[in-house]
Amino acid sequence: MQKPRIRWHIAVFLAPAVLVYSAIMIFPLFNTLRLALYSKVDQERIFVGLQNFKTLFMDPIWSEQFWNALGNNFWFFIIHMLVQNPIGIALAAILSHPRLRFAALYRSAIFIPTILSFVIVGFAWKLILSPIWGIAPSMLDAVGLKSLFAPWLGKEEYALTTLALISVWQFVGIPMMLIYAALLSIPEEILEAGEIDGITGASAFWKIKLPLILPSIGIISILTFVGNFNAFDLIYAAQGALAGPDFSTDILGTFMYRTFFGFQLQLGDPHMGSAIAGAMFAIILVGVCIYLWGIQTRMRRYQL
Amino acid sequence: MKTKLTLAALLASSTLAGAAMADVTLTIESWRNDDLTLWQDKIIPAFEAANPGIKVKFTPSAPAEYNAVLNSKLEAGSAGDLITCRPFDASLALYEAGHLADLSGLDAMSNFSDVAKSAWQTDDGSASFCVPMASVIHGFIYNKDAFAELGIDVPTTEAEFFAALEAIKADGTYIPMAMGTNDQWEAATMGYNNIGPNYWKGEEGRLALIAGEQKLTDEAWVAPYATLAKWGAYLGDGYEAQTYPDSQNLFTLGRAAIYPAGSWEISGFNAQADFEMGAFKPPVQNAGDTCYISDHTDIGIGMNAKTENAEAAQTFLAWVASPEFASIFGNALPGFFPLSNTPVEMTDPLAAEFVSWRGECESTIRSTYQILSRGTPNLENETWGASVAAIKGTASPEELGQKLQDGLASWYAPHQ
Repeated sequence: MQKPRIRWHIAVFLAPAVLVYSAIMIFPLFNTLRLALYSKVDQERIFVGLQNFKTLFMDPIWSEQFWNALGNNFWFFIIHMLVQNPIGIALAAILSHPRLRFAALYRSAIFIPTILSFVIVGFAWKLILSPIWGIAPSMLDAVGLKSLFAPWLGKEEYALTTLALISVWQFVGIPMMLIYAALLSIPEEILEAGEIDGITGASAFWKIKLPLILPSIGIISILTFVGNFNAFDLIYAAQGALAGPDFSTDILGTFMYRTFFGFQLQLGDPHMGSAIAGAMFAIILVGVCIYLWGIQTRMRRYQL
Repeated sequence: MKTKLTLAALLASSTLAGAAMADVTLTIESWRNDDLTLWQDKIIPAFEAANPGIKVKFTPSAPAEYNAVLNSKLEAGSAGDLITCRPFDASLALYEAGHLADLSGLDAMSNFSDVAKSAWQTDDGSASFCVPMASVIHGFIYNKDAFAELGIDVPTTEAEFFAALEAIKADGTYIPMAMGTNDQWEAATMGYNNIGPNYWKGEEGRLALIAGEQKLTDEAWVAPYATLAKWGAYLGDGYEAQTYPDSQNLFTLGRAAIYPAGSWEISGFNAQADFEMGAFKPPVQNAGDTCYISDHTDIGIGMNAKTENAEAAQTFLAWVASPEFASIFGNALPGFFPLSNTPVEMTDPLAAEFVSWRGECESTIRSTYQILSRGTPNLENETWGASVAAIKGTASPEELGQKLQDGLASWYAPHQ
């Protein structure tokens, strides 16, 4: 019986990725979680256990902000799931239609906003929707619908939905591309076999293509979830750190930023900020776990 | 052997000193990115001409990010030698954390009054950590041509003020007043804290609030919200989504007649507007009432406690405290009024108008800045939201006063 050789090459080849990932992802993550267990009293950092989390969830001032941000975050996510992903799937289905002309042009045009910076998107849309200089009011005026215009970004009841739709506009290219790739990978033979059995057109999409792209839709949903609960940039670029009007667009990311770094006269509190970051991490972790064990393992896969 | 060593040491130290003499570069952290050219073209050359061997670099960041950026830089040890100081607690916290050096020993500090220094002192006044640079005065800037065209007189009382707004609105050529609520701070800074001192009688009310003798639910503190509630009708279409730059542009393009202002706007407006501008102070309730203005200590400059160029930095700070700097700064940046005891002659008519109110009215500073914004919730930030809510009419003045009072009482002992 030969003693099994230690396979050094595995460790050697893994080392760079493991080291880099540990240094810039794992260590900061755990250090942030550790920071959340401390507090600063008289210039002295002291260990306070779960006190910060208790303040965050129990103190009326903090918990009101936290639940407000969490609720807004869910609304932000729901809009993405209801608008971005169905539109992405529909666009992909249309693009993969063999008789569509200029498919490459549409594909690029729809994907381009994805590569734009948040700052540009936030600024451009703020200008488009501006009641003073924007083209939105004059375009609505041109078709006689001026009465429908409102300063959406400045109204508590519309601002968050408006921003969510701007984000959808920016990122609809990603589900489109992923689904498009999945659709292209469906072998012709299956579709032809379906045709012989009399399944054509729309029913081919619902009965053959959709079940085959379901795993991709699952991946897109979880990417949307993680992306939305980590979101910060667009809100910050468009509405500032106070996420106005009256915190109606405040999501966990902006709440964390404001607390961690401070804002105007409010001084930063890295410890409370870390506690919020910890809560965000927990929420995302739970969401991803539900998906991995609750949905992905039960999803039916087809061998193509 | 020994002589050789000493010689070498001497040589080494002299070359080091020589290098240091030639190479001292001071970096200034600031949020005033609007002033970049002014520093590069006027202030820095004047200082460098008087102090050969010291070079100065002005490296501003965006106002909204300054505090966060500066705090991170200081923690990381990468901040500049000189730190432009926000007034009150932001700088006090930096001093207490050991980031700002104590400047009480600096001779030039005697050029400033106690009020001027108060924004950058410990609560007991024992240590000063920033040299006061300038204050800003609140009021209203108006379009003189528009007022002449519509035959409106400059209002001095509140009734006249709203009559003027009504007349402008009825005429329809101009938006009566250029202000939006999108960025929130204008509503508090140019709204509440602009007109408020006339209600709470300036320093008298402000100090009573700090001492806990007055409450934010008192008439004097609630009434300004009731007045702000009347502003909404005169702010033009879609003011809810109008940003601060939008308002500035609306006014300088001549589309609005009145602009609730801070004096810091003067130089920008002078460059942009091609009509004649005037200024009036916040209107009083009845003709003949004592007027109160917000003359807010706004900028100071201090020294990074960990700087390697402490001596050069102190030279610079002493120069900042001199009348020479006050004169260059005050006239190059009309609207930022030097705080030093030597009065500076203002050449800009609009700036001269603003600064003349110091003689007619009682000065005070913004009510929320000293001590009251130390806790959570932060009174200043809460006031932003409350002022916006008042203008939009989403909450009654009494509700707003109650909410602010509850927030303040939750952490501030004199109000408990």
